[in-house]
Amino acid sequence: MFSRINRLYSVSNKTLLQRFKSTLVIAEHNNEALTPVTLNTVTAASQIGDVTCLVAGENCGKVAEELSKVAGVTKVLVADSAAYKGFLAESLTPLVLAVQKQFNFEYLFAPASAVGKSLMPRVAAKLDVSPISEITGVKGEDTFVRTIYAGNAIQTLKTSDAIKVLTVRGTAFEAAQTSGGSGTIEQAPSVEEKNNKTKFINQEIHKSDRPDLASARIVISGGRGMKNGENFGMLYELADKMHAAVGASRAAVDAGFVPNDMQIGQTGKIVAPDLYIAVGISGAIQHLAGMKDSKVIVAINKDPEAPIFQVSDYGLVQDLFKAIPEMSEQV
Amino acid sequence: MSGLRILVGVKRVIDYAVKVRVKPDKMGVVTDGVKHSMNPFDEIAVEEAVRMKEKKVASEILAVSCGPQQCQETLRTALAMGADKAIHVLVDPKDYTNMQPIHVSKLLAKIATDEKVDLIILGKQAIDDDCNQTGQMVSALLDWSQGTFASKIEKKDGTLDVTREIDGGLETINITLPAVITTDLRLNEPRYATLPNIMKAKKKSLTTKKPGDLGVEIKSTQQILSVEDPPTREAGQKVESVEELVGKLKEGGFVKS
Repeated sequence: MFSRINRLYSVSNKTLLQRFKSTLVIAEHNNEALTPVTLNTVTAASQIGDVTCLVAGENCGKVAEELSKVAGVTKVLVADSAAYKGFLAESLTPLVLAVQKQFNFEYLFAPASAVGKSLMPRVAAKLDVSPISEITGVKGEDTFVRTIYAGNAIQTLKTSDAIKVLTVRGTAFEAAQTSGGSGTIEQAPSVEEKNNKTKFINQEIHKSDRPDLASARIVISGGRGMKNGENFGMLYELADKMHAAVGASRAAVDAGFVPNDMQIGQTGKIVAPDLYIAVGISGAIQHLAGMKDSKVIVAINKDPEAPIFQVSDYGLVQDLFKAIPEMSEQV
Repeated sequence: MSGLRILVGVKRVIDYAVKVRVKPDKMGVVTDGVKHSMNPFDEIAVEEAVRMKEKKVASEILAVSCGPQQCQETLRTALAMGADKAIHVLVDPKDYTNMQPIHVSKLLAKIATDEKVDLIILGKQAIDDDCNQTGQMVSALLDWSQGTFASKIEKKDGTLDVTREIDGGLETINITLPAVITTDLRLNEPRYATLPNIMKAKKKSLTTKKPGDLGVEIKSTQQILSVEDPPTREAGQKVESVEELVGKLKEGGFVKS
């Protein structure tokens, strides 16, 4: 009998906890649409409690609408101002602090993207707390999981900071549903402190019709074995047939075959697609850090000793210049 | 802005090429007897500072490292690459296991103020804890501008244009000094220290301080509960031909059959 009461008690206790834990997610977007990784971050945050989202930008009303419909989001705070052009950390930090002061969130979440990584440690230092970078799991209200040493060890840590500042590895959490939510939209508190330290000049975004690397279901990557930039054309052809995104190893980027933002690895992007095809990539520790959580890994390499074959589900020992055109014909 | 005073932060980490091993007690990774070297991103930071001095943009380079006694080797490497002097914040091993980026940030911020530094260049992340926090936190503590993940730095009157590596491409921002910059891999190709420079570096000034001297208490708010090996992948299979490979992909539903 007592055990039953206890069980009931613990269940209701858990829902109470959920209701009282308040989490803020700093939404990432381009003023037109949400960046997909924001949806993964909402999922991580909703494991703790009620999710409020902050949308800061210039003419970002459309994004706020989109976010209010995301499952799990109860409130959307909007800060619409030209001051947030370029999403500079120096401009966003005073806003996040003002929001925090008014609402007293216990958790501040952002995606572990270039914007989130720039912003969150700055916010944490202002709050005098230790941020936790790129969490891959939520074990409890104060216990989180992340990887260290390029993904070669998994660390579980417990924080005693009153405000927990976290960035989320998108590939480690499912994306929240983009419908079914009914969040209210409110104005974020206004901010007096203006950033006059840093100015946004311009951006050069590499346009591509292929799926976004971080969220693609299939990724095909080329390495040093591609020999030059022109040869990447073969991978693009195959990728277009398979609806895949194209990535690269650091060697291919350093050799100038492809731009930096295609780099997958410890210092580039972390991907975990359903299918990862590594072409002419040996499989250095730093590259594996960026792709070894992929569901199925295929390696095509002419060197049978290449370390990539130790993590691949299907390995083909063959010259890529023969294998890739053949593959393009067959898919 | 002739004669910037630059602070570079350098961390001693397990060499990037070493395959780390988790300790049997699952409380960390094995560091004893393992090859250590300067964090690769910090080498890039030192190189950039030295290049700025060679272009007469900078007048003095101060290298700082926080950690155990062996950090002095890392500082000597920075001096051999061209740094002018070094400060070692000696942290005893017990405190070092509890040290987080926030503590390093407080130490660096205090030194930057004491030494009247104009620019701090740090690596974007240490390859051991993979935190990617210290530069942003130092910048916040000092209320300076920040240029994270820099792949190009250009002097422009009294300011700096910083090209940053962002998701999807590149971005240029203009930052006012004093400032903190963190380096991305593409910023430069670090030089090797030559033997004569290594010999000269032994004569350069290296001062030791304690965190207490700088008014920083190393009190951790994070407790490591465990450090474990990542799950190992099941052994895969070799396929003999492209046909066989495409067949497997069809079975997996990745390719229309």
